[in-house]
Amino acid sequence: MLAYVIRRVFHSIVVLLAVGLVAFSMFRFVGDPIDNMLGQERTQADIDRLRTQLGLDQPFAIQYWKFLSGAAEGNFGVSYRQGRPVSDIISERAPATLELAAVSGLFAILLGIGLGVFTAIRRNGIASNLIMTLSLVGVSLPTFLIGILLIYVFSVELDMLPSFGRGETVMVGYWSTGFLTKSGLVALILPAITLGLYQMTLIMRLVRSEMLEVLRQDYIRFARARGLRERVVNFRHALKNTLVPVITVTGLQLGSIIAFAIITETVFQWPGVGLLFINAIHFVDIPVMAAYLMLISVMFVTINLVVDLLYFAIDPRLRVDGRST
Amino acid sequence: MTIPVLSVRGLVVEIPTRHGVMRPVDGMTFDIKAGEILGLVGESGAGKSMTGNAVIGLLDPPARIAEGEIYLNGDRIDRLRLADLRKRRGKDIGMVFQDPLTSLNPLLPIGDQLTETILEHLPVSMSEAKTRAVAALEEVGIPAAAERIGAYPHEFSGGMRQRVVIALALSAEPSLIIADEPTTALDVSVQAQITALLKRLCRERGAGVMLVTHDMGVIAETADRVAVMYAGQLVELGFVRQVLSEPCHPYTDGLMGSTPQASKGQTRLRQIPGSMPRLGNLPPGCAFSPRCSYVQDKCRQKPELRLNSCDSRTACWFPIGAPA
Repeated sequence: MLAYVIRRVFHSIVVLLAVGLVAFSMFRFVGDPIDNMLGQERTQADIDRLRTQLGLDQPFAIQYWKFLSGAAEGNFGVSYRQGRPVSDIISERAPATLELAAVSGLFAILLGIGLGVFTAIRRNGIASNLIMTLSLVGVSLPTFLIGILLIYVFSVELDMLPSFGRGETVMVGYWSTGFLTKSGLVALILPAITLGLYQMTLIMRLVRSEMLEVLRQDYIRFARARGLRERVVNFRHALKNTLVPVITVTGLQLGSIIAFAIITETVFQWPGVGLLFINAIHFVDIPVMAAYLMLISVMFVTINLVVDLLYFAIDPRLRVDGRST
Repeated sequence: MTIPVLSVRGLVVEIPTRHGVMRPVDGMTFDIKAGEILGLVGESGAGKSMTGNAVIGLLDPPARIAEGEIYLNGDRIDRLRLADLRKRRGKDIGMVFQDPLTSLNPLLPIGDQLTETILEHLPVSMSEAKTRAVAALEEVGIPAAAERIGAYPHEFSGGMRQRVVIALALSAEPSLIIADEPTTALDVSVQAQITALLKRLCRERGAGVMLVTHDMGVIAETADRVAVMYAGQLVELGFVRQVLSEPCHPYTDGLMGSTPQASKGQTRLRQIPGSMPRLGNLPPGCAFSPRCSYVQDKCRQKPELRLNSCDSRTACWFPIGAPA
C-alpha cells in the first residue's frame, strides 16, 4: 500500500513536469509581455534592459529550469502587472475560489447522489421523469448562460440575491472567509449553483444509470429474498456498489469545478484565482499564469490519487494483499 | 391432517405484452409438507423459476399473479401488501439462487450479510446475531467459520459461496426453502455435496423445500416427490420413485428416455420430436399434443390433473400404463 502511494507520487511529479513544460512553451505564443509593460514612449534600450531584467532573453530551457527551481521553494516569481510576489497574490485570491468550489462541490455531490438514487428507485414516477427532463438543461446549457439567467431571475427581477462579488469577508488568520457573514453566505448561493449545476446533473445521471444496473443484479434480488427492508437494499447494498464509477467521475469533476471556476468568476465578478488568471492572460503576466496552471495540475493529480485510494476503501476485491483486518 | 407448509392452488402468472397476455405459469396446484422436498422439473421456459418467484413474491413486473391462491402454513400470502410480504421473506421463506458467484454482495463481508438478515427477523442482540452467524456457517460446513466471518465473497470458491448462500437463506430458520437451480452453476463433485447439505438441513429442521431444477439426477437423489412442468402447466405429480420408474405422462416418459443412464450402456438416447411451443402460441387442449406420439382427437380438450392408476397425478387423457 505504501509502496503504491510512493509510486503514485513519483508518477505525479512526472505529470507536473510535463504540464509545466507544455504550459511554459505555450506562453511564448501568448504575446510579448514587454509590449504591455512599457508605454508608447519606449526605446530599444528600455526594451532590452527590461528583457534582461526579467530573464526573457535567456534560452527557453534555462527559463523553465529557473521557474521549476523557484516553484520547488514556493517562489513563483513576481507578477509583471502588480509587481508583487505571485505566491502572495494567489494566496490572497485562493480562499475565494476554494470556498466557492467547496460549496458548489458539496451541492453537486449531495444533490447529485440524492436525486440520482431517487430517480433510479422511482424510475417511472412523474417526479423522477420531471427531474430527468430538467437535468438535460443542466447538462446542455453553457455555464455563463446559466449564470446570467440566474442573475436575471434572482437579482434583477426578484431582487433576492446579490449579482456580483463576495459580500463582506472576515479574516481568519491568512484566510479571508465569506462563511461567517450573512452577506458573504448570500453572495455564495448564485455562483455556487452556477458552478455546480453541470456537475450535479452529471453525477445525478451517472448515479441513476449505475444504480439501475446494480438493482438488476442477483445479490439485490437475493437481498430482497432475505426480507431486508427496501431502504437497506437500496442504500446499503445497491448504492455502495454504484460508488466506484461515481467516485471516479466525481473526483475529476471536483477538479474541474476549481479549474473552470474561471467562467463563473467572470460572470459574477468573484475575486478568485480564475478571475486573476483571465486578467493575467490579458496582460501576458507569465509568472501568474504559470503558477496558476501548476497549482491546478497539482490539484488534479492529488484528487486522482485520493480517488484511487478511495477505491481500495470501497471495493475489497481491489485489495491485492488479501484481507484488511 | 396437518397443514402443509406451502399450498399452491390454481396459480396463474400473467405477463401482458404487445402480442397479448402470456401465461408462463398456468394453473399450478401442489402442496409441500413439512420436511418434504418437492422437485420441480421441466425444460427451460417451462415456468419452474417463475413459480418459485411467484411464491416468494419476487416476480419482475409486468409479470403478476393473475389467479390462484398461495398459502404458507395456512396463511394466504399472495394478496399480502409488500411490507407484510417482506417480513415473511427470509423469515418464513428462504430462497437460494442459481449462481453463488452473483448472489452475494461483493462489497460486504459475509458475516455482515448474515447478521443483517438475522437482526432483521429475529429479536436478538448484535453479539447474539454474530454467534448465530458463526453457527450458521459451521452448520453448512465452512471450516474455521469464526475466522472467516469477516471474509468477502470473492475469497471463497464457488461451492463454498453456495454454502454461504444456503447459510444466509436458512439463517432466520424459515419453514419453506425455495432452491432455484442451486447446483446448476457448480461442478459435479461439488453438486453432490451441496445437494446432500440441503437435504440434511431440511430434514433436521423439518423445513419444506421446493427444489427447482432441470437435472433429473438431482431430483432422483434429493426429492421426495416430483412435479413435472410443461409450458407453464403441471403435467405429472407423484413420488419420485414412481414417476421416474413408471412415468404416466408421455412428456415425462420422453424426458426420462432422454436422460443418459449408466446402467443402460451406450445406447442412443431417445428424443422428443419438436420443441416446446412459444407461450403466445399454445396449441388448443393439451399443450404437449403436437409432440405426443399417443395423440388422439380427445387431446384437443384440455386434460385436468387427475389421480391415475399408480398413485400419482397426471394431466393426460391417455396416461401410459393405464388400462385402455
